[in-house]
Amino acid sequence: MSAPTGARRHLVSLLVENRAGVLARIAGLFSRRGFNIFSLAVAPTEDERFSRVSIVVDLESATLDQVLAQLDKLVNVVAINELRPEDAHEAELLLATVAGDTEARAALVDASTRFGGRVLEVGEETLTVQLAGPPAVLDEFEALARTLRIVGLQRTGTIGLPKLGAPR
Amino acid sequence: MELTGAQALIKSLEAQGVDVVFGLPGGAILPVYDPIIDSAIRHILVRHEQGAGHAAEGYAQVTGRAGVAMVTSGPGATNIVTPLADAMMDSIPLVVIAGQVATSSIGTDAFQEVDTTGVTMGVTKHNYLVTDPAEIPTVVAEAFHLATTGRPGPVLIDFPKDVANATVRYEEPGPVDLPGYTPPGEADPAGVEAAADLIAGAKRPVVYAGGGVLKADATRALAAFVAATGIPVVTTLMGRGAFPESDRHFLGMPGMHGSYAAVTALQRADLLLAFGTRFDDRVTGRVSAFAPGAAVVHVDIDRAELGKVRRAEVPLAADCRLAIEAITAAVRRRGTDAYPERLAPWWAALEEWRTRFPLTYDRGEDGRGVGGQPGTVKPQFVLEELRRLTPEDTILVAGVGQHQMWAAQFWRFEHPRTWVNSGGLGTMGFAVPAALGAKVGRPDRMVWAVDGDGCFQMTAQELVTASAEQIPVKIAILNNAYLGMVRQWQHMFYEERYSEVYLSPDLPDYVRWAEAMGGVGFRVTGPEEVAPTIEKANEIDDRPVVVDFRIDSMEQVYPMVPAGASNDDIVVHPSQAHLPR
Repeated sequence: MSAPTGARRHLVSLLVENRAGVLARIAGLFSRRGFNIFSLAVAPTEDERFSRVSIVVDLESATLDQVLAQLDKLVNVVAINELRPEDAHEAELLLATVAGDTEARAALVDASTRFGGRVLEVGEETLTVQLAGPPAVLDEFEALARTLRIVGLQRTGTIGLPKLGAPR
Repeated sequence: MELTGAQALIKSLEAQGVDVVFGLPGGAILPVYDPIIDSAIRHILVRHEQGAGHAAEGYAQVTGRAGVAMVTSGPGATNIVTPLADAMMDSIPLVVIAGQVATSSIGTDAFQEVDTTGVTMGVTKHNYLVTDPAEIPTVVAEAFHLATTGRPGPVLIDFPKDVANATVRYEEPGPVDLPGYTPPGEADPAGVEAAADLIAGAKRPVVYAGGGVLKADATRALAAFVAATGIPVVTTLMGRGAFPESDRHFLGMPGMHGSYAAVTALQRADLLLAFGTRFDDRVTGRVSAFAPGAAVVHVDIDRAELGKVRRAEVPLAADCRLAIEAITAAVRRRGTDAYPERLAPWWAALEEWRTRFPLTYDRGEDGRGVGGQPGTVKPQFVLEELRRLTPEDTILVAGVGQHQMWAAQFWRFEHPRTWVNSGGLGTMGFAVPAALGAKVGRPDRMVWAVDGDGCFQMTAQELVTASAEQIPVKIAILNNAYLGMVRQWQHMFYEERYSEVYLSPDLPDYVRWAEAMGGVGFRVTGPEEVAPTIEKANEIDDRPVVVDFRIDSMEQVYPMVPAGASNDDIVVHPSQAHLPR
């Protein structure tokens, strides 16, 4: 599945009660209503009663209003915000293990340094790098890595917070 | 006060004012059945857990209060999934308590273990797995709050055996605190004014009223709105009874088997006042061709219904009663003197449609509905006679299929909460247990169920419950020896290739079956027997009655909008087919 772009892509931030099964409720809602999740990240917030779920929604069939209204019906979902790109800081983490000859690996080390990444481990034919940043930057780096042989790749999915002064 | 978890659960139900629980015990729920002996709550022992769920639905539909059912874990819980889904579709307040294996056994594939909260997540408004006995009073209070407020629906409480056996200090729950749950109340004033402006300018307005009007107790508000404006009303299958049907503003039911006038009024309208309704596919037909010239004012307490199917010019997330009252007041402020003249051409068209295309059937030469086959009667004639011979406030219950549609077409509802059926899910077998629950909820009312022979065979065993508990429900089986609605579709859309729809008029023998279950059985094979048999059934008030009406098996439900077609392509009764539209 390629990353949704433009009007189809929306980052939705949910504040949810920190209870068993909340993630299943959200995932179940998306699957039974035929909504698409492109990525999903979840972790507790500063308040242990709540977790924050960041979902990149790929709107293929339903409208954003419909997705948000259905999410709002989940009793454990306390608050919902759409984070518009212009009003939010978006970030994501990527880990990649890439194989290649010495020259190719050197090029990748260069690139990861240029993108602000870090080399975590270097093997005889492979190396593992870590890169954090806006999803678009990670996309660019991933495209570069794909010119070599990717052994393993994991991205966390986009998380976000509103910019200071942005409408909440 | 020190109690067991089971005692705390029963005490919590009592605190909610529960007077009846429909249920069936089993291993995991055993501890909860012990304190039931000492409780004032009446427990009705059903013969199948599905019966408990539908009975609770019938109870809820006629009382407006939450219906309560109790089952054991595993198969007990899975057997009540259909009623949960049914209640979810039709927004019926239910609280279902399911036993569960001990918390230490959860996830080990223990005996009669099922992931009940997982299984029921998609068919409940919300569900709970109680792991801390101290939470019991709060969970029960929240469950009833969720089931009965906002858009009502089913809530399930999964109740592990060790939680039931634990000792707990019972404390009255505080006020319900659900930060993620805030159902709307008053309508947005700007939206109300916008709605009133549209109404004031509309030449062809129609009120399209659904089950939400009943749920919000908005029937008087609706009557006042119609009295003030003179706007015609259609009520959906779930909304029947929301508006008195002898009123001249009533055009009938819209949808796949609706009246020509109701269907066509929506198609030609310039304004739909959609109150507590969800633009179901059985009403809209092909959505892109539905009411093409109409602006829409859509009032619903569920925000997610606004714009889900049809964009509304004025979407109002609000309590239906409060919204209709506010709109009526706004309309009155603008003055309604011009309404009769402005709506006169519309009423002329509506009168013509309803005069030219009334609901009809082949009454035969003597007008008594002689069946096309010897020894049968017309189902519509049975309904007309049943309506004529029962009190006006009789509660009518139906299963799902042709008989349900004939009941909806040929009954006349004058009061709210007198019609109980499975609308959204279309659950065959709904009628018998739902009728039982309805009679328990309203023992003062006569309760008749109209059922199909296919439906009856699915849940008839609950008549044993009715006999044992002395719940005098009356069942009219419209026995056409077929899965009739499926046969109708095969007749119309599969070149009369009848695949697996024939049952048999005599197998089972419904009269003897009724007697075996402790009830009274009658059989009707000709029109002259219809009224006397209904009168005999009406007099029986201490046990269930089953009447096996042998009906013409080739009878079809007309009108019909074929699935996926535009409502403009409504197929009328053959006797009306030649008439100009």
